Parts: sequence; structure tokens; C-alpha cells
Amino acid sequence: MQNSTVKTGSPAASTETTVALVGNPNTGKTTLFNALSGLRQHVGNYPGVTVERKVGRFKWRGASFQIIDLPGTYSLAPRSPDEMVAVDVLLGLQPGERRPDVILSIVDASNLERNLYLTTQLMDLGIPVVLALNMTDLAEAQGRLYDAAKLQERLGIPVVPLQAHRGIGLDDLRKALAHGVASPKAQVRFPDIYEQEARYLADFLQENLKDPHGHNLLDQHSAWFLALRLLSDQNGYVERDLTKRLGAELTSRVREARERLNTAGCPVAATEAAVRYAWIRERLRDTFTEVPRPSRDWTDFLDRILTHRVWGMVIFLALMFLVFQAIFTGAQPLMEGILAAQAYVADLVRNSLSPGPLRGLIVDGIIEGVGSVLVFLPQIVILFGFIAILEDCGYMARAAYLMDKIMARCGLSGKSFIPLLSCFACAIPGIMATRVIEDRRDRLATILVAPLMSCSARLPVYVLMTAAFIPTNTWLGPWLPGLVLFCMYLIGLIVAPLIAWILKRTLLRGETPIFLMELPAYKWPSPGMVLYRMYDRGKAFVVRAGTIILATMIVVWALLYFPVEGTDDTGNPVNFDLRMADLEAAQEQVQSELVSLHEAGDQTPELEAKTTRLEQNLEALREEAAHIQGIWKRNSILGRMGRAVEPVVVPLGWDWRIAMAVLASFPAREVVVGTLGVIYDAGSEVDEYSPSLHSQLQAARWGPDSPRAGQPVFTVATALSLMVFFALCCQCASTLAVIRRETNSWLWPLFTFTYMTGLAYVGALIVYQTATSLGG
Amino acid sequence: MTLAELRVGQKAVVDKLEGDSAIIQRLMEMGLLEGQIVELLGVAPLGDPLEIRLGSYRLSLRKSEAARILVTPLRD
Repeated sequence: MQNSTVKTGSPAASTETTVALVGNPNTGKTTLFNALSGLRQHVGNYPGVTVERKVGRFKWRGASFQIIDLPGTYSLAPRSPDEMVAVDVLLGLQPGERRPDVILSIVDASNLERNLYLTTQLMDLGIPVVLALNMTDLAEAQGRLYDAAKLQERLGIPVVPLQAHRGIGLDDLRKALAHGVASPKAQVRFPDIYEQEARYLADFLQENLKDPHGHNLLDQHSAWFLALRLLSDQNGYVERDLTKRLGAELTSRVREARERLNTAGCPVAATEAAVRYAWIRERLRDTFTEVPRPSRDWTDFLDRILTHRVWGMVIFLALMFLVFQAIFTGAQPLMEGILAAQAYVADLVRNSLSPGPLRGLIVDGIIEGVGSVLVFLPQIVILFGFIAILEDCGYMARAAYLMDKIMARCGLSGKSFIPLLSCFACAIPGIMATRVIEDRRDRLATILVAPLMSCSARLPVYVLMTAAFIPTNTWLGPWLPGLVLFCMYLIGLIVAPLIAWILKRTLLRGETPIFLMELPAYKWPSPGMVLYRMYDRGKAFVVRAGTIILATMIVVWALLYFPVEGTDDTGNPVNFDLRMADLEAAQEQVQSELVSLHEAGDQTPELEAKTTRLEQNLEALREEAAHIQGIWKRNSILGRMGRAVEPVVVPLGWDWRIAMAVLASFPAREVVVGTLGVIYDAGSEVDEYSPSLHSQLQAARWGPDSPRAGQPVFTVATALSLMVFFALCCQCASTLAVIRRETNSWLWPLFTFTYMTGLAYVGALIVYQTATSLGG
Repeated sequence: MTLAELRVGQKAVVDKLEGDSAIIQRLMEMGLLEGQIVELLGVAPLGDPLEIRLGSYRLSLRKSEAARILVTPLRD
């Protein structure tokens, strides 16, 4: 608890009722949250933890509500700082957060007993609780018809039957919240001796936990709640947290209390659950009628196929292939559309502004930056569409079930599989998808190795290097380039589990989290929910990662733009930007002459000669432009940086120009092809298939100062070392920005960047040295 | 006998949970209480984890955890 004072709320805020929405996973909690607040939501992070803070607002008959969506949980026994957030919010100890006025406890009626476990914990908090009895239709289909009035009487809290996905019961729920609710009339009673110990602890907490002004932090109920948690959760987070504040005295008090209880035959590990379930069963008796259960259970039938030894795996692999294919190729036209729109806007601006730093900043910094944010959107939205469908229909848990054994080998769980697989298309949606992993360490390990998977942006580098340098005339014939490409993908597949394994034994060491996963009943996914998830994730990416990406793109633009003045080959001073603009204008002039010649039609010998002359002219202008651009960029700040780091990269077989291209591609690895084009005077319009770029690279020679002067820069060994470097390095500002967002800390993106760069360097070094000594 | 040793399709009553108290607490919170009837629904294709039914819901847990749960099989 990072508690300061209990928030009492300002007078203005007190007209608004704060509702905390709490429930187990798979209860329709998000559906209810969306149904109540529409799209009037604000998403942020709680300080210091990875928990997303989701707040919505709604009005009903003049009353205003603020609704806080707390993470889905089965119990209020916190085992990590992340889980502690929910407890802090409910106790009013979360800084900057008003204590909720009402708790809305959503439960799955088809599984009421276990869902009420959490509700009984909520009823201990001393805040009014309203029970949203969701999925009553499903309960009925399974044979149970609840009597809400009777349930309300037995539990001592208002009960509202609900079918959130159909919008049935929402008004009753709003009415119940607006009416003002009294605190729960009943509470689970623990054995006398247990309550006595808890009372002692509660008194101790209430007396000793004070804010800086000496006021008590806890009211009676909160102290009671925390005391129960202290007693019941061994190695729990409450104990760890309170020990920090109250010191060893608390620890010894708690230990002694537990010992007394254990000797009295009331073991703490078993008491809470046994007592609560007994209470629930007692109260639920005769609150429902059994209705004849229609037909057989679809979930049993589907599970028999979908988790079948053979068919289950076949269907799973087919589904994964479909998802992967959709991200990989389905997003392609959309991404191309975004890039085309970006080029169109860039042209528009280029033509309406005069050349200079401002135009450069807008066109190559801002528009390029915005484009590089938006270009990821199709993949994110498509992946989250699939994930939402798989999750909503209940298959996601089966996927984790099928893959758990494999993932357990490297210390992760089955829940990491789909996020990691998605990273083969793009690490960004993959990292965002790790939210399905509840365990904090597992989730972090998954996030940290995710960028090692060979994403689609690495492919152009592989293709360029393979096409230009991997020979097809060996005994492997045309198979060698394909084999090299395959090995590049294999690198990630081997290294990522290895790093995860190491991380789970070092930095993220801890008890193996217990794998206890609910396999929910299958149901039809709700289209509204799926669309909402796509929108929500897309927005989260653009709003909260976009700014960092944009900033990085602007910095790299500046490093490549300045200094803009220098000298050309003949030693004359030149402003590169203006010179490029002149050359481009000249090219356009020639081009339009060519077009008008072409339109003239009749092919007389004079016209043909003129055409040839103009074409030669155009080609010369293009070459000059490429040459000037090359000088400019080689002399830019980044070019100088490349020269400065050359000694470091020579052991990898790179010259300073490769170093510069690699430096330029740290924000986004796919720019390396274009940058190599510029640096090697092939122009910036090349792609990985351009023969001009291939021949320029093949012709590149080491500079006169080098011991290898005159020898080709690119050999098979250099090409391999460059590819391995790209396979292992985290050259993607967007990925780092998303890691920052998802972990809510700068530490982890920094860590990822550092370890991957180190790994890439060592990998490239080993590959180059081995390949050269083998005579590559 | 433990939950991990049941045959697929076999039902049993939970007798006792063994091991670390934090894990016992987690298992119990999810409804694995003494006296609860459980049914082994299946084993994942790669041999682990298991799928069990508890009353009206299904849980998946690894064999290492299931081995902490002592059960008495019910006659079919």
C-alpha cells in the first residue's frame, strides 16, 4: 500500500457516486462495464504497477456515477503489488483515488458458489455491495433457476438478475445503484478463536497505522479486513507490505497468532476457504429450483474434439496458422494503404513548402513518424480481433491448456504461447497480448523475450542480404538462400525460450506460479465485444505509444539532416537540401518533357533520338541526386557517429557505412534497406529486390585507411553477421515504447534494449569470426 | 491415491490437500475443498496439464499440483 490519507472526496466529487466493479474472470465484467459507461472511458495506469486503470462515467435519472473497473480476480488475497492495487482501491488507500461508495460484485449465475467466494470477501469491507447476478440464461440452461428475492434476503445484499450481453436487467441495476444501498446485513463468521486473533491484529493495525498528521488510516472495517488477510495469506503481499511499515513487531504478532491457531486445530491455510464456502452453501440452499436440463452439454462435446490428442492439436495448429496468416498477409494491403497515404501527404507538403529544415522536419520527421505509428495499426487490430473472438468463445483457455507443457519447459505457462506466436508477425500486438497472463513474472518474461521472435520487419533485411550475397551455385543449389532464411527464423525460436529460461532463474526468480486455470463454457463470441477490443487496443497503442515513437523518429531525422551544409566532390560549398530540391525539380522537368514527347505520338527518328537523350539526361540527374544525397548523409551527425563506432564493428565485418545504416535503423529496423541505398549511392527509393542496390553493395570496397583497403566490404560472412545482428537486436522504437507502456516503467524497455543489443553483437561476432575462419 | 493418478472419466472425493500453505489456499479458493467431488475430464495431448470438473465448472491444473490432492475414487 502506498497509502497516504484516506480520501474523503471533495464536496464537488461527492455528488458523484463511485462504483467499483469487481468479479471473477469470465463473468462478463467488461461487457457490463461497457454497457454501463458506453465509450465514455478513461484508460491509464496505476502508478508503479502494470495494472491498467479503467474508469467510465454514466448518468441515470440525474444521478452521476463514476465506475472503476478492477482487474478480474478470484479472491482478494493479494500475491503481488499488482493484485494489491485492487485491495488498496477498495480500502481507499490508493493515492489519488476516492474510496468507492458502492461495490458492484458481478457473478456468473451458472457457477454461483465459487463466484460468491469473492463476494463474501467484498462484504467484509464495510462498503455497500450490490450483486449483479449475470448469465442467468446460462444458469437456466444448465438447470438452475434462481429466486433473486430469496437470494437477496439470504445474502443480505441487493441482488439484480442480469444478462449483460443482451442488455437485460441494466436499468434495474442502475436503479439499484442510484437508490443508495446500505452496508451488507450479513458477514461470514469465522470460528471464535480465529475472530479473536483477527480482532487483536485489527486493533494493533488501527492503533499503529497513522498518516503523517497522526490520524488513523483505517476505520474498523478496513482494519478487520486487513487483519483477516494478514492471518490467512501466508507469504501474502499484505504481510510483506505492512511489515515494511510496522516492522518486526507485526511479523512476530502474526506468526504467534498463526501458531496459536494451528495448535488449536484451526489451521490458517484451510480455514478461510472452508468457512466461506460453508457459509455460501448454507445461504444458497433453497434459493433456486432445479429445472430439467435440456439435452447434453455442448462444452463437454466440444472439449472432447478440441482437446483431443490428435484432432485437438490439428485444429489448434490450423487455427494458429490462420491467425498468423491473417496478421502477416491480411494486414498487408491496409499497411500499404497507410504508407501510400503517408507518401501522398508528404508530397502535398513537399510541394507547398520551400526546402529547408522546417519542410524536412514535417515531411521526414513528423509525417514519417506518424506513418510509422499508424502502419502497425492493421496488425494490432487484426490480432486483437482474433484474440477477442478466441477469448470470448472460451477457446483461449484451451489453447493455453494444449501448449502448457511446451511452455513450462522454459519456465513459462501455456498462456504465453499466443502472444509469442503473434510476435512472428509483429512484436507490438504480441506484447500487448500478454495481458492474458496473470502471473506478473511470467508476463514480464514473455514481454522481454517477445522482440526476439523474427517479426515481419526483419524480412526485408534477410531478403536483401540473401539475394545479394548468398550463392546459389553451391552443392545445395537453389536451396541455400531458403535455408539461410529459415535459420534466421530459427534463431529467435531457439534464443527466446533460452533467455526466458535464464530470466526465470535469475532476475524474475520466484516460486513457480501455480497453474490453475478455469476452462470456461464455450459460447458464441459477442460481435460488440470483439469490435470494442479492436478499437480499445488500437487506441491504446496510438495514444500511449505513439508519442514516444514520433519523438524518436524526429530525433533520427535531425541526426540525418544536420549539418545540411558541406562541400561536394569538387570542394564547392553546398546546401544539400537545396541542391537535392534543385535536382528533383530538374528531374521532374525532364520527366514532363518525356511525357509530352510520348503523347505527341508519331515516332520520327528525331523524336526517338530526343527521347533517348532525355532518358540519359534523367538517368544522369538521378545518379547525381543519389550521389549528393550519399555525401550529405555520410557527413551527417549520424554518419560521423558511424565513423566513430567503426572500430567496434570491424570485428563483425562491418565498415563505418554499415555501422551508420545500423545506427539509423535502431528506431525502426525496416529503414535499413533505404538507408543502405542512400549511403551506397543507390538512392533512397530502392527496396530489397532492387538490382541497383544489389550491385552497389557487391561493388562496395573498404576505404583507403583500412588494412583491407580495396577488398569488398560485403562477403558472405558480413552478410550473415548483419542478418544475425538484425535477428537478435531490438531495433524498434515502437516495441520499446509498448514495453514501457505495458510494464509502466522505463527500466524494462531499457533492459530489453541493452540485453538484445549485447546479444546481437556477440551473435554477429561469433558468426562473422566463424564464417571467415571457415573461409567464407 | 492422488488426483493425478485418476483415470480419465473417473470421479473421486477430495480427502486432503498437501504441501505449501499458499498453494493449498489457492486450490481451496478455487473450490478444491475436502469432501468436494471431482472428475478427471482429460489429459492434455502432451501429457500435462489435466482438465477436471468441479461441480458446474472446469479447471485445468498441472500434474505437479494434482499430486498434492489426495482423493478417494468413487465407485462408478
